[in-house]
Amino acid sequence: MIRQGTVHHFGDNINTDDIIAGKYKHKTMDLNELSTHIMENIRPGFYSEVRLGNFIVAGENFGCGSSREQAPHIIKHVGITAVVAKSFARIFFRNAINIGLLVITANTDGIEEGDSLIYRSEDKQILVPEKGIVLQTPALPKEIMDIANAGGLLAYAAKGGLA
Amino acid sequence: MGLTAVEKIISNHAGKDLKAGDLVIASIDAVMAQDGNAPLAIHLLKEELGAMKTFDSQKVILVIDHCGPSPNEGASRLQQMMRAFCKESGATLYEGGEGISHVLMPEKGHAKPGTLIIGSDSHTVTYGAVNCLGTGMGSTDIAVGMVSGKVWMRVPETIRIKLVNQLPEGTTAKDLILHLIRLIGVAGATYKCLQIEGGGLSSLNMDNRSTLCNMAIEMGAKCALMPVDSICRSYLEERMETVPDMVWSDDDCVYEEEYTVDLSKVEPLVALPHDLTKIVPTHSVNDQKIDMAFIGTCTNSRISDLAEAAEVLDGKKVDPSVRLIITPGSRQIYLEALRKGYVDIFITAGAIVTPPGCGPCVGTHLGIPGDSEIVISTANRNFKGRMGNPNSSIILASPASVAASAVLGRVASKKEVSA
Repeated sequence: MIRQGTVHHFGDNINTDDIIAGKYKHKTMDLNELSTHIMENIRPGFYSEVRLGNFIVAGENFGCGSSREQAPHIIKHVGITAVVAKSFARIFFRNAINIGLLVITANTDGIEEGDSLIYRSEDKQILVPEKGIVLQTPALPKEIMDIANAGGLLAYAAKGGLA
Repeated sequence: MGLTAVEKIISNHAGKDLKAGDLVIASIDAVMAQDGNAPLAIHLLKEELGAMKTFDSQKVILVIDHCGPSPNEGASRLQQMMRAFCKESGATLYEGGEGISHVLMPEKGHAKPGTLIIGSDSHTVTYGAVNCLGTGMGSTDIAVGMVSGKVWMRVPETIRIKLVNQLPEGTTAKDLILHLIRLIGVAGATYKCLQIEGGGLSSLNMDNRSTLCNMAIEMGAKCALMPVDSICRSYLEERMETVPDMVWSDDDCVYEEEYTVDLSKVEPLVALPHDLTKIVPTHSVNDQKIDMAFIGTCTNSRISDLAEAAEVLDGKKVDPSVRLIITPGSRQIYLEALRKGYVDIFITAGAIVTPPGCGPCVGTHLGIPGDSEIVISTANRNFKGRMGNPNSSIILASPASVAASAVLGRVASKKEVSA
């Protein structure tokens, strides 16, 4: 699989309150409505900037804080192909795997807002050709790949994966 | 080579010997879901899994704590889903006003030594105080857990923290955990089990230990574990027929990192806005005026925390420019606080005492700050907008410091309030 898209750049320690404020998720489960609030406390108007096929590129500890699954859900819902970060917080990472949002660990230094990024899943590479950036991304453990390849935990469980 | 406590607990639940780094399907002893994430889990269970019942209704516990009683129609509808689900499936429901999930689960004896509990809330790590492996997950894991009684997990490495000596007078468990977060870092324990032990533990009661385990997630930890000593055993014996054996690390097991922390060196600390990367001595910012003060949350809403606040507020008045909100962690704690005269002290001082629950912690109700307002709070998170207004700032501190700050109208510690 090869995906190309524009980068939206974020820093370190982007937390799940940044991604979706608690006050909204307690009122509604509607992803369309929740998505309109994506990142609004730290980047107002982000919802209007995002386009299908974009990437989020971030620093360390992406997705720290609460376990709210609404966070990866709305990132996927607004059309982001993948989150590429130097490191992920653990609950966010597993939520992303569970719901089928691609999460890729890589040293994102030098990648900036607006860059054009390519992800090549077979080669496990992230490239920003205009800057000569070529990053090798780690292979995930087989068990996690099985869940991701099934399309997420619900599909995996339906196939008897947890038996 | 020996095993760590967390390796043993997960091995026991997977039916095979495991070590750190292994990925496994484990059986769960209980699933907890609160009103923030339970509705989505219920939706997934019904619509996506086509499931009509849980793997064991005795082991599924739902709690309305993040906004109970409900502040708006949307929340009311989500809470109705939870009530209907519990009625149909036989799962336990703790209604709004009963208390905070992470206070109730140990209080009511659901969290037990050596058990594995997943919760739809990151602060499920709190149960480590009773030697229970509690860990936070999202709605899909919770839905799948409710139906299958299983969860996939990676066995974490362990960071061992040995506590020695005692906290100085006026310094509390909250100051200690802020001290540890400053030491280890907000991602310093990512994917790890935080094993907290040592002689220093004996000077900390179960409320204090809950405070410590509660904030393990703020370092990125997967879980926290403490041993069952005589203090913990007495607590457990009041709450269950048979206390399961504790699970503890072998002497020859391997730790990823080890720290020895001298409690006598800890001082009152605060975490400055808008995260836990700026933890400084309280006295270094004691010219900072505050507008609102909040004592509560799964970190600091237990009877010892209220006692700490009552000691400072006794005979004092909240500064006229400050609103002080106090939220007991459970109905039982509220009753005890009433009987001990703490509520009298709070109200006489001018505080607002709310129903038990999460209170204003997560920005849903009971005290959303105004623009440019500064809040000092006993919560575990001070992210921008956490309390419902991104134009406000939150400073984290201990109950004693928050009470002192409410009296003086600025960031302060207990010793600055005259006796």
